[in-house]
Amino acid sequence: MKVRGSNVALGLYVALIFTFVFAPIVFSLVFSFNSQRFPTIPLGEFSTEWYVKIFNDEDVWKAVRNSVIVSTSTAVLATVLGFCTAYTDFRYNFRFKGPYLALILLPPTIPLIIMALAMLAWLSRIGMSGQLWSIILAHSVLTAPFAMAIIRLRLHQMDPDLEAAAWNLGGTEWQAMRHVIVPFCAPAIVSALCLTAAVSFDEFAVAWFVSGLNKTVPIVILEIVQGNIDPTVNAIGTFVFLTSMTLVILAQLIFISRQIKSHS
Amino acid sequence: MTAPLVTFQNVQKWFGDFVAVRDMTLDIHEGEFLAIMGSSGCGKTTTLRMLAGLETPTAGEIRIGGRLMNDVKPHDRDTPLVWQSLALFPYLTARENVEFGLKMRGVSPNERKTRALDWLDRMQISEFAERNVATLSGGQKQRVALARSLVMEPQMLLLDEPLSALDANLVIRMQGVLIQLQKELGITFVYVTHSQSEAFAMADRVVIMSQGDIAQIGAPKDIYRAPANRFVAEFVGRNNILSGKVTDIGAKGVEISAQQGTFVAANPNRPLSAGQSVSFTVSADLVSLSTEEPKTKNKAQATLISEEFIGSIVTVFLEGAAGQDYKVQMQERALAALDLVPGRDVWLSWDIENANILESDL
Repeated sequence: MKVRGSNVALGLYVALIFTFVFAPIVFSLVFSFNSQRFPTIPLGEFSTEWYVKIFNDEDVWKAVRNSVIVSTSTAVLATVLGFCTAYTDFRYNFRFKGPYLALILLPPTIPLIIMALAMLAWLSRIGMSGQLWSIILAHSVLTAPFAMAIIRLRLHQMDPDLEAAAWNLGGTEWQAMRHVIVPFCAPAIVSALCLTAAVSFDEFAVAWFVSGLNKTVPIVILEIVQGNIDPTVNAIGTFVFLTSMTLVILAQLIFISRQIKSHS
Repeated sequence: MTAPLVTFQNVQKWFGDFVAVRDMTLDIHEGEFLAIMGSSGCGKTTTLRMLAGLETPTAGEIRIGGRLMNDVKPHDRDTPLVWQSLALFPYLTARENVEFGLKMRGVSPNERKTRALDWLDRMQISEFAERNVATLSGGQKQRVALARSLVMEPQMLLLDEPLSALDANLVIRMQGVLIQLQKELGITFVYVTHSQSEAFAMADRVVIMSQGDIAQIGAPKDIYRAPANRFVAEFVGRNNILSGKVTDIGAKGVEISAQQGTFVAANPNRPLSAGQSVSFTVSADLVSLSTEEPKTKNKAQATLISEEFIGSIVTVFLEGAAGQDYKVQMQERALAALDLVPGRDVWLSWDIENANILESDL
């Protein structure tokens, strides 16, 4: 009976956490389909009015286009960077490897606002701020450590003899990379792509500072909120949430399923 | 005699301050089954990895077929290796694993497939060709690993403790497979192992290594019967080792005065002089036990300490007067007929030709 009691308590605790995490999102989702202008209960009728409104808003479309370009470019750049760093760590031993790894993992620990200011100062000093690719550069720096961590985890599961076996069977270093290292890391590479894309798609602070006139989706959301409270913000919020959640869940599914497969 | 396939000329390999291979000079002949044996850290795997180009010698020369190989990259060599970990590609099927080397060499997909399937068939695992290697058993993986190397039709196959992960019955089976393959293909096998039984069962010649040096090279029987030095005598089989000074050199043998008595050993292949310190060995299975004092020259008195019983053969441990340990191996029924009692003195004896003087005391 005692065990059962504590199980119930733990269950409640978990339910409470999920409630706090997801309730705002669920509310946003519900009100995005609500016909009334202000989020009050009782609800009005079911309506897709706000979706139609953002659908017809050219600014939103521009922002979505910018965000898609930024997040896909960032994902590719950050994953390539992350893969190279993880492979360096796997393959080579050198002096100062500890500090090298620590430096690489540093960016996510810096407060975003500081990072954003520093990025702006640096990029404008070298005349590279205010462009779409300024955001891509800044986001790549920010997300590459995540990509590296995921790929590094996968490389650690690899028998170090595999690469040498490929050389031994007549493969050059590039062939071994293409036919052994990359296929082995494929699930980690795909999850790194999804995760870095999701982080970049959601990121506001750095994008706001370095973007100039190239607004991404989170910046447009802020502008809507600043201008007039209007349920379009719920509609666009739901869209952003679903996009990032899909990417993150995809990343998890791909990585975990391969994990289970390779251990069975 | 034809030129050797592989020559090591004063090869050294250092890892920082650690010497893995000190000064190796060794010839490997075409078509021979050579085993390199030693305990872990003796340099045997480093030697093999240098042959495959995975390590570069610090000094000295390695030639294969006369060509200097020191700086030749692994992929430019014809030295496939069967890894201790097998190193099969886990995301590929058995057939794709076997095809891998051919693919790297640019062989066409059709020919790759035919050759891979031929080898899987030859290794009697064709039914698993399309299975992911991760789902195969240890023995099946072993055969895939062999097929993956042999499909390259190499001049020489390198094997790094390939049987160490298998259970005892499977090891004997795979030994048979390896001997058969080596005979049929007529190529050189270089086999690294820490297992004396594997090395002696399969190899034409055995190289025994100790701390980066070659301790002895020879046919298994020669090494077993005539170890060159104390290290080999202790590492291989069960040997009794006695030391003393040469007192007389005659046609029949060398007379040696030791603490335990005066013995006569077979004449070695090197000149000795009176007064020189030497050691000699007698294999445990070449010593006789008796309760009566024997009439031969080579005898010693000792007390029974313990017995080690493994089936029909028994090893008897005894202690002599001067604290010397003796080992005697004999048939269980012969020992039973002697009716030994612990603590009672018995006589050991052996023939002159079975007393082997060591080349050095190392």
